[in-house]
Amino acid sequence: MNFFKINFNKINKTNQYFFSIAIVLFVSIICYFFSAFLGYKVVALILMATVSLIAMFFNIKPVLLAALLSALVLNFFFIPPKFTFHIDNGEDVLLFFMYFIIAFVNAALTFKIRGVEKIAHKKEEKENTLKLYNTLLHSLSHELRTPISTIIVATDNLQADNKKLSEHNKAELLSEISKAALRLNTQVENLLNMSRLESGNIQPKKDWCDMNELIYKVISSLKENLENRRIDIEIKKDIPFCKLDVGLMEQVLYNLILNANLYIPEDAVITIKAKLINQKLILIVEDNGNGFDAAEIDKVFEKFYRSKNTSTGGTGLGLSIVKGFVQAHNGTITLENIETGGACFTIELPVETNYINNLKNE
Amino acid sequence: MNSPEILIIDDEAQIRKLLQITLQSNDYKVAQASTAREGLIAAANHPPDVILLDVGLPDESGHTVLKKLREWYLNPIIILSVQSEEQDIISALDNGANDYLVKPFRTGELLARIRSVLRANSSEEQNSVLFFNDIEIDLSARLVKKKNEIIKFTATEYTLLLILAKNQGRVLTHHFLLKYIWGPSYINESQYLRVFIAQLRKKIEDDPNKPMHIITQSGVGYRFL
Repeated sequence: MNFFKINFNKINKTNQYFFSIAIVLFVSIICYFFSAFLGYKVVALILMATVSLIAMFFNIKPVLLAALLSALVLNFFFIPPKFTFHIDNGEDVLLFFMYFIIAFVNAALTFKIRGVEKIAHKKEEKENTLKLYNTLLHSLSHELRTPISTIIVATDNLQADNKKLSEHNKAELLSEISKAALRLNTQVENLLNMSRLESGNIQPKKDWCDMNELIYKVISSLKENLENRRIDIEIKKDIPFCKLDVGLMEQVLYNLILNANLYIPEDAVITIKAKLINQKLILIVEDNGNGFDAAEIDKVFEKFYRSKNTSTGGTGLGLSIVKGFVQAHNGTITLENIETGGACFTIELPVETNYINNLKNE
Repeated sequence: MNSPEILIIDDEAQIRKLLQITLQSNDYKVAQASTAREGLIAAANHPPDVILLDVGLPDESGHTVLKKLREWYLNPIIILSVQSEEQDIISALDNGANDYLVKPFRTGELLARIRSVLRANSSEEQNSVLFFNDIEIDLSARLVKKKNEIIKFTATEYTLLLILAKNQGRVLTHHFLLKYIWGPSYINESQYLRVFIAQLRKKIEDDPNKPMHIITQSGVGYRFL
């Protein structure tokens, strides 16, 4: 039903008038051919049903037109005497007027119902926006307040000139301040990227990119976060230069690796793969951690969605930014669980390639 | 040598204060300006050895200030920017900035940039041998050694290595390098540059995937350390 609704709603307003007339005439013609078998009272019911069906999908004015037209057709072609607008029989006059009234009431009622539906839909939309907004505020204030509190408490301690504060503890406090600041910076970066995406302002600036350079660069920029994490890198040896926006793709890999690192056990391994298949660049970030709940897999790319099992921070923006940046390259990203455990993110980007890097030295 | 003077042009009082403390504790003299107007006057009255210029000033864009300064001021200018928009950085470098830092930056980075622009500015006299940790470049003999072993380069590789090494610590944009080595009609052929950078790395880096000498500045260019 929904499917039909969508299709019919796509028919524009002028076309709705045309279709109303066409449908009524079509049904009338068929009835006319069978008029030997169908009494005009049955025809009246058939036309009424037709108008009701039209009312389900079209706007009020085309429906009223259909009602009027069908009434006239009924009178002219079917109610005896045929081919006149004159009606002899008192009962038929009643029939004609009843038809008229019911068809119009039918049209008006469906229109009214649809109006109510629309209002309900709008209200629901509003509520959803509000809910999203609240989720944002909630996760944001938490995500920003935690590092801010860290900084305030740590500096208070350092300023208090407490003699009991050992050198070791002072160093710890300073390192906490530093970590908090970096965390704030990441969140601000995410918010800026999100607002760039929301404003539709992302135009990839593509340039030739060495996949080795890209992947190793991201890993080295994550050094402080990754600590002792084992990272395996499998880049196909003959992979050519690919034309893409280096800045955006760095952010994509950065977020995926950071995300995996946060949520997998300490001894789990992250594997990054790059290859070219059918002129598509395939980038894979997978891990051998616990994977995602099956119910969550479709949701992780949604804005502000946060996994149920997360204890650590996050605004739920990271993966939606990843998806946005991949889409800006006309690419796709999918998430699936690996049978042996762990999650696997696969990016597919249609790319221009250049094999110049495989030429031997000049 | 007298301690070099640094002029900070930034509208954020907090940033100026932190920069001042950091720089003074590293033996630099510091002057400050909070607007483009003040900055231009301060630079004209008492030309500093280095200018740290914020691009987001209240009265005039830092890019305009940069152009005005470059009409007469020849010492190094380092751009401070909050936007990591590469295009912004590249245009500043094209307009005469010697280097750039994206806020928030680390203190170590700031000091390294200042040292490198000062060094580049003073070493007009040609040293005939350049040293970078395990790498040694003998300019007169056109000889490069890594851990005392001679490495062979093609002519293009050597030219690229040399221009990078002579500008140690300073970022050189893709456009600049392409133009310098292959000529103006090649400025959009970045794939050539990437090939040669990869080749150089294979020859001079211990691990070409974790370069210690030729550092990538994504979307902007390369920096030799």
